[in-house]
Amino acid sequence: MEEEAKFQFYEPGRSKGLIDLFKHTYLLALLRKKEVKVRYRGSFLGLVWTYIKPLTTFFIYYYFVGRIMGADKEQEHYAIYLFSGLITVQFFNETFRNCTKSIRDNAPLVRKIYLPRELFPIASWRVAITHFYPQLFILLVASISQGWSPGFLNILAIFLGFVLVSGLAIGAGMIFAAMNVFYRDAENFVELITMITTWFSPVLYKWGMIEQHMPAWLFKIYMLNPLTIAVELFHYAFWWPTNIDFASLGLYMPSHFFRNILISLFIVALVMIVGQITFRKYEGRFAQEL
Amino acid sequence: MKRDNVIEISNINKWFSLHHNYSLKDAFVNLFKRQKRDKSQFLALSNVAFSIKKGEAVGLVGVNGSGKSTLLKCISGVIKPDTGKVLVKGKIAGLIEVGAGFHPDLTGRENIFLNGAILGMSKEEINDKFDKIMEFSEIPQFIDTEVRFYSSGMFLRLAFSVAIHSDPDVFLIDEILAVGDAKFRAKCLERIKLLSKQGKTMVIVSHAEQQIRELCTRAIWLNKGKIEKDGQANEVLDAMNKFTGLVKK
Repeated sequence: MEEEAKFQFYEPGRSKGLIDLFKHTYLLALLRKKEVKVRYRGSFLGLVWTYIKPLTTFFIYYYFVGRIMGADKEQEHYAIYLFSGLITVQFFNETFRNCTKSIRDNAPLVRKIYLPRELFPIASWRVAITHFYPQLFILLVASISQGWSPGFLNILAIFLGFVLVSGLAIGAGMIFAAMNVFYRDAENFVELITMITTWFSPVLYKWGMIEQHMPAWLFKIYMLNPLTIAVELFHYAFWWPTNIDFASLGLYMPSHFFRNILISLFIVALVMIVGQITFRKYEGRFAQEL
Repeated sequence: MKRDNVIEISNINKWFSLHHNYSLKDAFVNLFKRQKRDKSQFLALSNVAFSIKKGEAVGLVGVNGSGKSTLLKCISGVIKPDTGKVLVKGKIAGLIEVGAGFHPDLTGRENIFLNGAILGMSKEEINDKFDKIMEFSEIPQFIDTEVRFYSSGMFLRLAFSVAIHSDPDVFLIDEILAVGDAKFRAKCLERIKLLSKQGKTMVIVSHAEQQIRELCTRAIWLNKGKIEKDGQANEVLDAMNKFTGLVKK
């Protein structure tokens, strides 16, 4: 009887989408390993590059924006403020970029063998995580050296920020990955977006500074950007608990912070749903269009 | 729907559009052109319907571009038909171009695991069969070498070995029996015959007529996306040869 149940008719090439990936955890792990290995093939420094690139970006911003333009005089522990925001945005950028390219990059597989295609964007996300962890580790060491003493809520903020960034990047990445199969423009469009993300969230400056320069309605949108929220959550997780004298700086939490967190969780969920639907709608044509 | 069927295909149609990459420049040029953009479509599969019983070995034959590979891709789920329905039972493994999941920058060993997982094997399954796969490929000494340094024959040997050990219920085989040298090819044929005898269902695309006659009991002749004849393998092949004027003397 059990044998019978196993042999039910089904339509090949239909999956339950993201949910189905739980059946493929092993393959997912292998795909991630492959990506990482292939990327650093023939490279002497290998994974050390994952430290070099973000640290270079960091020092450039720290020197030019922090020192020369004087941002570090206005903000205590500017280095930590900067780095915690920077790695959040870079994690988003890498996931978003890789997800978008994932279907095209795996064209031989997509064309010839049926696998739930969601595997490829998710594997890209896992690769981005591989690069994110070392940066998180550096941030942790730096924060501890500055007297980091987090509470439960600060730790919770790390997870929340991680979930927001991942969900937004995967959801949007799936939309653009599907578009990229038909028009390569998607890839360039995503490059454009990743170019401005650092500036459209409070990474280099305080969120309060933007309020004076933006029309009220635009500022509202700015503050609802899940990436802004994620960056602020990381500030809250790492920068806040480093003995900052808030009274003298006149600093305050972004207004309606808690409400905005809930709203951006909702936005991210929406982006993921739209991403999954778009992806599934066009998935059937991937093999023939590539 | 019969109980012992494993593949049921009901009236599938598949169109391919002939013109891709419609760019902004094209749109601009077309604005000034009198005639409209060519939207011609190509009917790759036309009203194809048949079913395959468990344990059958079926050959798909026909000239290039007759829709054989497209049909195989519809069965594996890589391509979805525009109309009609494909239904299958059990685990389907496509040996559609072996080595599709192979990456040149990974070693033979890593590729065995990656490709095994792609073909639906679990980690334990691959571990269990690893030695057998290596043995079958006859190239154990190169197992930790990156596949990019393999000769094309070595590459195909390893790829075929993984695929043949993936143990599906239905094998979809597309022109892969041109693998390696004569000796290895004979070995592969033997293995496929053995699997067929053990009751595995097979759908085989091949231009090597002799292979179809040897391996298949039934053949389906496709011509311009339509089923021309479906029946006993030798009869179908003879009819096809008569049609194309290739009667053997």
